[in-house]
Amino acid sequence: MSNTAKRIYYIPYMLWIVLFVIAPVALIIYQSFFNLDHQFTLANYATYFTSSTYLMMTLNSFWYALIITVATVLISYPAALFLNQLKHKNLWLLLIILPTWINLLLKAYAFIGIFGQHGSVNQFLGFIGIGPKQILFTDFSFIFVATYIEIPFMILPIYNAIAEIDPALLAASRDLGATNWQTLTRVLLPLTRKGIVAGVQAVFIPSLSLFMLTRLIGGNRVITLGTAIEEHFLTTMNWGMGSTIGVVLIVMMFLSMAVTGERHHKRKEIGTGAKEK
Amino acid sequence: MQKKNNLGRLYLVFVFLVLYLPIAYLIYFSFSTGTTMNTFKHFTWANYQTLFADTRLIQIVLQTLLLALLSSLIATIVGTMGALGIAGTKRMSNRNIMLSLNNILMVSPDVIIGASFLILFTMLGLSLGFGSVLASHIAFSIPIVVLMVLPRIQEMDQALIDAAYDLGASGPQVLNRVILPFITPGIVAGYFMAFTYSLDDFAVTFFVTGNGFATLSVEIYSRARQGISLEINALSALMFIFALALVLIYFFIQMHQANVSERNRKKAEASES
Repeated sequence: MSNTAKRIYYIPYMLWIVLFVIAPVALIIYQSFFNLDHQFTLANYATYFTSSTYLMMTLNSFWYALIITVATVLISYPAALFLNQLKHKNLWLLLIILPTWINLLLKAYAFIGIFGQHGSVNQFLGFIGIGPKQILFTDFSFIFVATYIEIPFMILPIYNAIAEIDPALLAASRDLGATNWQTLTRVLLPLTRKGIVAGVQAVFIPSLSLFMLTRLIGGNRVITLGTAIEEHFLTTMNWGMGSTIGVVLIVMMFLSMAVTGERHHKRKEIGTGAKEK
Repeated sequence: MQKKNNLGRLYLVFVFLVLYLPIAYLIYFSFSTGTTMNTFKHFTWANYQTLFADTRLIQIVLQTLLLALLSSLIATIVGTMGALGIAGTKRMSNRNIMLSLNNILMVSPDVIIGASFLILFTMLGLSLGFGSVLASHIAFSIPIVVLMVLPRIQEMDQALIDAAYDLGASGPQVLNRVILPFITPGIVAGYFMAFTYSLDDFAVTFFVTGNGFATLSVEIYSRARQGISLEINALSALMFIFALALVLIYFFIQMHQANVSERNRKKAEASES
């Protein structure tokens, strides 16, 4: 095949790269320098970095994402470990993945019922004598539901990392007299570091931007970076400020990747992950 | 050891319960009369009847499916061509740049993709609606197709292509008769992933959809903000069955692929010895 013929079918893809990858990133940076009257300005950044509201919001968002990520790791690691000891591992893994194929909005909707004023949890609390509490529209409900949604995305990479470990290494560790705790901290954790990192990357950044959950479950009490961007773009129509926050989120994304090492593809590779092992 | 295992199983049971209870809860109440998800009153199919009589919702379901089929088809074509192009790039540094660019949309948060596409469409003067949503879904599905197809191309033995040329095949013939058949499993997997991306997406669609067009996710969001409607529960039960079917299909595709490559490997070994 001649070289030019090869390049012709490459054109649509290159167009896609220019139009939908490079241009949008450039545009969001460009837009961040404009105010509501379409004048070039640095005011958005000045406002962002001097306003305590924005800074607190960013810090809060970061804090929530951190809690969600840590909670997800703590729940997922043992689960991944025990999953690896089962027969028919692949089938069980598939069952872990299955809930991610249910529309996110439906899962959020389920929790509106479960956590509601007269919902099941409150009925149970009433039954054991504590009495109903406000659960929906609190920080707790937001963190709980976000963690619930992210768990499979964390289990998968950790599971894959554990599955790759040679069982002989664990046996050797025990034969050499290590306690279970030592085996866990000295052998298992270092060997599965990559899986944890991949999971953290898959969970942390999306947790900064789950605006639909803050609306449906957090009841507008929780404002994350994602919520702020959505608000500026679709409600107050202040695209400049929205873009500024977007740029901050992009920078955070690159920072978190730099901190956690080389990047991995995002969460949605679930389907792939299942097949890889 | 036995005791530890039991503890582990108990923990797993707990995790599975947490994962599936909310879904079971939704489906359970889809069979209840009344208007809340609080107490199960009487068994009924009425919510399903309401669902099937709701022409607006049915239309949105069909639109969402059409969108997913169309966007994943186009994304698969463009992505496959892109993967062939990347594989054909000789210089390692250029290839790495292309791959990094390819993966930008994979790692970006949905709100960023949505917001930046909204700016893009507005600047281009495109009206928001089916067209803008379709373009966005194609755009964010292309990279996963590339990632599914590229490994298959790289697995391919260059000798196969050389042999085809030596035997007098033209460029298009090599592509159609040799390359494409070999990478078909990757293309199928890519199409499938693109399809589920499109079905699942909420955030990007929400940004670029405008007023006239809604996908199922957007519709559920606006209904959920208004409160509980057991019709949505009935819908979620049906969607759960649909997701289950999709997962099973995907599982069998993967099993089949694994079997085929295993067989090929064995064949290759047999012919070598």
